[in-house]
Amino acid sequence: MSLLSKVKEAWVGLRAGRVTLAYPAAPAPAPERFRGRPIFDAAKCIGCAGCANNCPAREILVYDVCQEIRILKYLGRRCTYCGRCADVCPENAITMSREFETATPRIGDLQQRIELFMSTCQRCGRCFDPPSKLDELKLRGYRFDDLENERWIFRSSAYLEGQPVVDDVPLEMD
Amino acid sequence: MLRQLCRKMFGRSLWVYHANSGGCNGCDIEVLNALTPYYDAERFGIKLVGSPRHADVMLCQGPAMRSTARALRRAYEAMPAPKLVFAIGSCACGGGVWHDSYAVLGPVEKIVPVDFYIPGCPPRPEAILYGVALALGLVDKKIVPAEVRAEVLPVPKYHPEDLRREEEVTVYTKAEKF
Ligand code: SF4
Ligand code: SF4
Ligand code: SF4
Repeated sequence: MSLLSKVKEAWVGLRAGRVTLAYPAAPAPAPERFRGRPIFDAAKCIGCAGCANNCPAREILVYDVCQEIRILKYLGRRCTYCGRCADVCPENAITMSREFETATPRIGDLQQRIELFMSTCQRCGRCFDPPSKLDELKLRGYRFDDLENERWIFRSSAYLEGQPVVDDVPLEMD
Repeated sequence: MLRQLCRKMFGRSLWVYHANSGGCNGCDIEVLNALTPYYDAERFGIKLVGSPRHADVMLCQGPAMRSTARALRRAYEAMPAPKLVFAIGSCACGGGVWHDSYAVLGPVEKIVPVDFYIPGCPPRPEAILYGVALALGLVDKKIVPAEVRAEVLPVPKYHPEDLRREEEVTVYTKAEKF
């Protein structure tokens, strides 16, 4: 009886076929509408910082070294792949790729850093015409985010310069 | 070196302990999804265990929260060495969209040392499998940091002697040269 049930079970199992995906031995590309890692195209970017100001995760940092050079740093570590940066970018410099194989032992591997040459407007220094209501929330002018400590600075007086990000939490163990 | 160590230490199978320190449950669902027969993480010897004392690997989801940081740390210390920590999801990797909230301390690496990061919100089950396969040395790392610099800065140099007065406007005669 028990042997018969085992045979029956084996037969059911064989008939069901194989459902398991062969990944990672075989590639399994993401579906067409999947949003993966945003890719920045330095040639198209005009450095308006629209992406930085609309990113919900405050993921893109902007640092104005001087009037002519603006550094745009995408951290990658807390990006939610929401695609908002690609939506607001007036130059379509950001593409949401279908890349999902982004696991890494070093979080710095996910960074993208663009150094941009900025032309100078004599009136405001940085010009960007907001095309919609959402874009009016944008901050214009100069930005001095903390690139080393990966912090977004929004005219905050609570921020203390040089605060480390890692290992700054005192933990008492009982 | 880490990979060789992994291969040596974890040659047979990884028992994973699934720790959520305050995520939204999205990543938990994807981790459990990766354990279903369709993705079948058990073919790499991965087994979900209920206690950190039985585990080789801790899968961290969610940011390090003020309320759960201590519990997370204690769970990490309860695991027998050698131990690996995977940060799954953008919350665990970098604090996620809540990173500047008063209740969130930040990424889990503030509390426990993280060995592998799997970003995504939530990461696809394939991405989690890829991360595990990377740790086991079955696949190669695909991601590299990108950096683009403006090589030559086209800063125009204005010389007052090149300014000409033409029909009521001042024209810079060398303007097309830069
Ligand atoms: S995809 Fe969303 S979270 Fe990621 S950088 Fe763009 S706006 Fe920020
Ligand atoms: S929104 Fe587009 S053009 Fe503006 S800074 Fe971002 S990537 Fe560059
Ligand atoms: S990374 Fe996204 S899906 Fe995962 S716990 Fe955080 S918010 Fe939820």
